[in-house]
Amino acid sequence: MAELTEKQEKKAKMKEIKKTNALMYKKFNQEKKRKNIPESEYITTMRDTDNIIELDNLKTYFYTDAGTVKAVDGVSFDIPKGKTIGVVGESGCGKSVTSLSIMRLLQGPQGQIAGGKIRYNQDNRAIDLTKISNKEMQKIRGNEISMIFQEPMTSLNPIFTIGDQLSEPIELHNPEMSKEQVKNRVIELLKLVGIARAEGIIHNYPHELSGGMKQRVVIAMALSCSPRLIIADEPTTALDVTIQAQILDLLRDLKDKINASIMLITHDLGVVAEMADYVVVMYAGRVVEQGTVKEIFHDPKHPYTIGLMKSRPVLNEEIGRLYSIPGNVPNPIGMPSHCFFKNRCEKCIEKCAGDYPELISVTDTHKVSCHLYQKET
Amino acid sequence: MDNIIEVNSLVKHYPIKAGVFQKVVGHVKSVDGVSFSIPRGKTFGLVGESGCGKTTIGRTLLRLTEPTSGEAILNGQDIFKMSKKELRAIRPKVQMIFQDPYASLDPRMPVGEIIGEAVREHKIVSKAEYRDYILKIMDDCGLRPYYVDRYPHEFSGGQRQRICIARALALNPSLIIADEPVSALDVSIQAQVINLLRDLQEKRNLSYLFISHDLSVVEYISDVVGVMYLGNLVEMASKEELFKRPMHPYSKALLSAVPIPNPDVKMNRTILKGDIPSPANPPEGCKFHTRCPECMEICKKKRPEFKDYGNNHQVACHLYEKTK
Repeated sequence: MAELTEKQEKKAKMKEIKKTNALMYKKFNQEKKRKNIPESEYITTMRDTDNIIELDNLKTYFYTDAGTVKAVDGVSFDIPKGKTIGVVGESGCGKSVTSLSIMRLLQGPQGQIAGGKIRYNQDNRAIDLTKISNKEMQKIRGNEISMIFQEPMTSLNPIFTIGDQLSEPIELHNPEMSKEQVKNRVIELLKLVGIARAEGIIHNYPHELSGGMKQRVVIAMALSCSPRLIIADEPTTALDVTIQAQILDLLRDLKDKINASIMLITHDLGVVAEMADYVVVMYAGRVVEQGTVKEIFHDPKHPYTIGLMKSRPVLNEEIGRLYSIPGNVPNPIGMPSHCFFKNRCEKCIEKCAGDYPELISVTDTHKVSCHLYQKET
Repeated sequence: MDNIIEVNSLVKHYPIKAGVFQKVVGHVKSVDGVSFSIPRGKTFGLVGESGCGKTTIGRTLLRLTEPTSGEAILNGQDIFKMSKKELRAIRPKVQMIFQDPYASLDPRMPVGEIIGEAVREHKIVSKAEYRDYILKIMDDCGLRPYYVDRYPHEFSGGQRQRICIARALALNPSLIIADEPVSALDVSIQAQVINLLRDLQEKRNLSYLFISHDLSVVEYISDVVGVMYLGNLVEMASKEELFKRPMHPYSKALLSAVPIPNPDVKMNRTILKGDIPSPANPPEGCKFHTRCPECMEICKKKRPEFKDYGNNHQVACHLYEKTK
């Protein structure tokens, strides 16, 4: 009998959540449908004009029937011009959702940007990407900010040829170009990403190419409009090591050639060490540590970062037993008010049961969110 | 040395069929003559890129796919020649852990049943001891006793992989074939599972065939390592030998391609050109010559032999043949 009432209670609770969610969706939708948003609402100023993107307390929530999932919960970091920033973390830590928020490609109606700012430094003005209209966003997406997705096999359309798919964004963002010009640009792009037989490849379908070739095509697509920021979401995870080395080499090469910034999302610390200038470590929707690549790798502060580094065997390095972080990533619904890492942390102190630790600056660039480094006040 | 299993010139060709009458027009040479042996209580690591045939080897050893030819000797008997009845008797001795813990557990069975089904089937323990036995196995694998009545969907990836390991272990095997057991898991969970596999090996004197594309994991867990390329072993040596002194150009390239988590190390990369060729139509001569940075004339014509160059370090490459 008791079990039954428990079930009924659960059902009633879910119904209630559904109701409030429906209201939320309506509100967000109205907001999104607005046209002719006055400039004053989205024009902002950058904190530092050398940055291309500044995330300021970004909050992205998923309003599901089981409760609100705070996938990204107050994330702030900057992407400087012409630099590579690596975002590391395990699955479910919100690294992909952060990138989708920047692109405004969240799965609606559940996924919504609930607060915070994404300041984007356009040529002569700074705008807030969370506020601008969809039409305005379409001009930026794929043109000024582009994305490389994780799986090259699923991010290409199987029923169009490579040439068709590559010319689509070029035609869309440059309507003045003639067909001949577009074709030449496509071939130029394919050569840029190291495909030798570019003239032949444009008539091929995706299934005729290998994984590494497909990823090259996807990269070419991301480069097609000379973007100022490339977001690469696990660009090499689905590939073999030898192909991964080729692709990473290519990305590094291209960054210098087109002078773009790269936001590299990955769970592989080796890839980050090699590619990135700055590193952001995320855990359960929040930034736990950020700094330059040298600071993070030589002097990691947060117990999670330290654990992450020790838990990977490194080539040609003798180790007795692998360090393993105990436990699992916490359930994203109904997160506690204390530090999210508390239950898995070995260096846990009394203070950890209290409020969530704030970001503390160790140096100008190195910040960590942990009570261990809080100065006594 | 005391070997748990000896595999001799294992071949697996998949026929390619075409046309109305499904005529065989060619063969995908997935595994093309591979020989190795696994010492008792040790781990044999098998590395290579996707499509090189490493998974096929694992599956043929259990006869989950039938081999084309070759032999695999376990306890003096050839697995490939066994009848169904004999095979059934030997199955508890060789168990497998699959890559994807989300796909390899029956969603409609509780954990206790998943682990125990084969135990009952093979009558490993008596009915009276059955429940205690299951709980003990679960305890060994770091699973709480009250998980026994739960269903797989209630568990995370790492826990599921523990269930898979428990299921394999429950039959008291002497050889476990682990096909990419950690590649679907998160970094922090990977370490837990790898440590568990190591502890169990020590406790029960298990032998592993550890199949993976992740070189750093293979280096950590293996005693002997074989490198595969397009259906053939190109190099086989003890872990220390192979990782300190790789001989085959492919092994060298593979090792140098692994990113090192240290921003100060700028590696001298040998980046391989192009992709792995199709196993249906492998290149003449040495199969690696199309991508080899040190390719010579002879490589295009003659296939190199798999030879021992001292210290049990076996390589198939023309580069070393002259010097010997």
